[in-house]
Amino acid sequence: MSQSSLRVEPAPHPRGGAGRFGRGRSGLGRHAPAWLAISPSLLAILIFVYGFALWTAYVSLSASRMVPDFALVGLRNYERMWGQDRWLVAAGNLVTFTALYVVVTLAVGLLIAILLDQKVRGETPLRTIFLYPAAVSLIVTGIAWKWLLNPGTGVEAFMRSAGWEGFAFDWIIRSETVIYAIVVAAVWQQAGFVSVLFLAALRGVDGEMVKAARLDGAGPIRTYWSVIIPAIRPAFISAGVLLVAFALKTFDLVVAMTAQGPGYASALPSTFVYDMAFQRNQLGMAAAGAISILVFAAIIVLPYVVWEFRKSDAR
Amino acid sequence: MDRSKSGLMAATALSALIALPVSAQDNSVSFLHYWTSGGEAAAVAEVRKAFEAQGGVWIDQAVAGGGGDAHDQVLRSRTLAGDAPGAAIPKASDAIEWARAGYIVDLEAVAAENKWDEILPAAFLPTIKLDGRYIAVPLFVHRFDSMWANAKLLADNGLEMPETWAEFNAAADALLAAGITPLAHGGQSWQDEILFEAVAIGVGGAEFFRKAFVELDQDTLRSDTMLAVFDQFRKLRGYVDANFSGRDWNLASAMVANGEAAFQIMGDWAKGEFSAAGLALGQDILCSGAPRDQPGGYAYVVNSLSFFSKQQNNPAASPGQELLAKVLLEPEVQLAANLAKGSVPAVKGLDLSSYDACAIKAAEYLAAADADGTLVPSVQGGTVNIASVRGAVIDTATAFFNSDMSSAEGVETLADALRDATE
Repeated sequence: MSQSSLRVEPAPHPRGGAGRFGRGRSGLGRHAPAWLAISPSLLAILIFVYGFALWTAYVSLSASRMVPDFALVGLRNYERMWGQDRWLVAAGNLVTFTALYVVVTLAVGLLIAILLDQKVRGETPLRTIFLYPAAVSLIVTGIAWKWLLNPGTGVEAFMRSAGWEGFAFDWIIRSETVIYAIVVAAVWQQAGFVSVLFLAALRGVDGEMVKAARLDGAGPIRTYWSVIIPAIRPAFISAGVLLVAFALKTFDLVVAMTAQGPGYASALPSTFVYDMAFQRNQLGMAAAGAISILVFAAIIVLPYVVWEFRKSDAR
Repeated sequence: MDRSKSGLMAATALSALIALPVSAQDNSVSFLHYWTSGGEAAAVAEVRKAFEAQGGVWIDQAVAGGGGDAHDQVLRSRTLAGDAPGAAIPKASDAIEWARAGYIVDLEAVAAENKWDEILPAAFLPTIKLDGRYIAVPLFVHRFDSMWANAKLLADNGLEMPETWAEFNAAADALLAAGITPLAHGGQSWQDEILFEAVAIGVGGAEFFRKAFVELDQDTLRSDTMLAVFDQFRKLRGYVDANFSGRDWNLASAMVANGEAAFQIMGDWAKGEFSAAGLALGQDILCSGAPRDQPGGYAYVVNSLSFFSKQQNNPAASPGQELLAKVLLEPEVQLAANLAKGSVPAVKGLDLSSYDACAIKAAEYLAAADADGTLVPSVQGGTVNIASVRGAVIDTATAFFNSDMSSAEGVETLADALRDATE
């Protein structure tokens, strides 16, 4: 094995490492300790994430009801699921919820971060206050907001007792609006966390660049819009990816806040899957729901992944 | 060579250690259940006391979680892994699936010796027997279509406990006019369904209910009677307060207890809330079946124990399982356990003088309904034989109650959902 082939290789690259695997004993040998170190977690992920995802895909095509049944029935579970109003409501809610939750949380988080960045006095306690909701369990958030938004006990009752008789804020008890009530609670939970991500990014923006913009006569809004926000684009991407992941796995918030009601108007695919698997003995349909969530996640995340790979290839 | 030999010896010793207690404890039964709240735990303690007094060894394996989802999940994973508990409490529809899969032991010897066929209400037998063999042993009987009322509110407004839906509507209109919420209700899907079920039995009668929800007869499901059921169900929507969405059932009971609302239609477990509030059942709180336009009818759920085999298709019951099965249907055990839980005994003809007025009344209804064949299995209680039927009825009832769907649309949605549920 020639030493020279090793020398012409580019310097080890964090993303390129995987691609070098198996190109010759020298490459393997050089990376062996690294491979050894990550192999337990790699193996665990292969089995427990990808292995079980494949297993779920298989179950979704099987006749499983209360117990797994390996007879294949094709797409029957998917057909039955898409024929159910409950699933259609849940799938629609996921799209609405994910879109609103991600966009509003990013906007509110950015706003809080910008306001905190104005060299205000007492920034540290304020930051803690805004970050605090993220430390609260979603069950607690759900129950607190359930009471706050209930017209009989919460904001509406308070405003009316304070003299504003016509005040109405009854989103949570109306089928058409309940999903927005869930978005409100979810945004409250995560906006502070996102603002901390943004604040860290804002602190990293080159001061010279901001000064240059000011010298060129840009006002504060223009400076933020055209200089600072483009500079913190990576923070948007990390926050956005985190929020999409949070949105897709939202479960406990709905269970605590509305128990999927009124009716099943605030059901999400995750609660649908739980019901089918654990309450209704429909393992096959539950698996079909789970695979549908996976597909939905892939549709959102795939462009990002492709873009990431392109970027690393270009380097 | 030497090493493998000693390894073999260690393994043998270890397996002997594991095997030993099993052969020594023939009378042991591990019991997987979720009866952990106050009254439920007291009821289980009564069974355990009697079982141990007769030489049984009780291994308690309680899984918290009132609805039983956690229990069902543990039961499923343990049974499939070859480690089924000795006894568990699956819903009737699940017990049938477990029996079909070959995991329920044979108790025919105990059943014959103790004359189960004679001491149990005939109407229960189809839900606890499969192909002529017992697959579940009933312990508690609950009534789902019960109605509770605040006696003082009714008296103040010159009202009696309504017996038909027409009387109920008249009483509710009078209460509305007096500014009182007629019906305390919690808008959670299962509570919407309980209300729907009570209306279906009351308006259509027991025979209609059986044809619709047990036999899933499409003509009955699309009949004018079903339309009338949805009409009455829609009427009830006008009798609940504006804030009913998402309310827990015990908070709805509290509204009746506090005099904020007049009636509640809820299973007989609600009486625990009224007793806890210091109200006398039969005096401060009136109880009866939900209103009915047809005579008879009683929607029951039996909480039963099913006995599991660790090996598939090996139906031999252990001595401990046979002992526990026998103990469960002994009159003293039935009386003590049901008194503690607030339900009524499954065994017929017991002396209930120690029970409260509402329970005595419920037991009388039960006996009468059994005699005239109007005892129907509750859909909500999972007593109807197909699990997906329960889900389909819950979905339709809750979607209808929380929207402005017309009765005709309700009928069609329900009939379509039940047609698909049996596939």
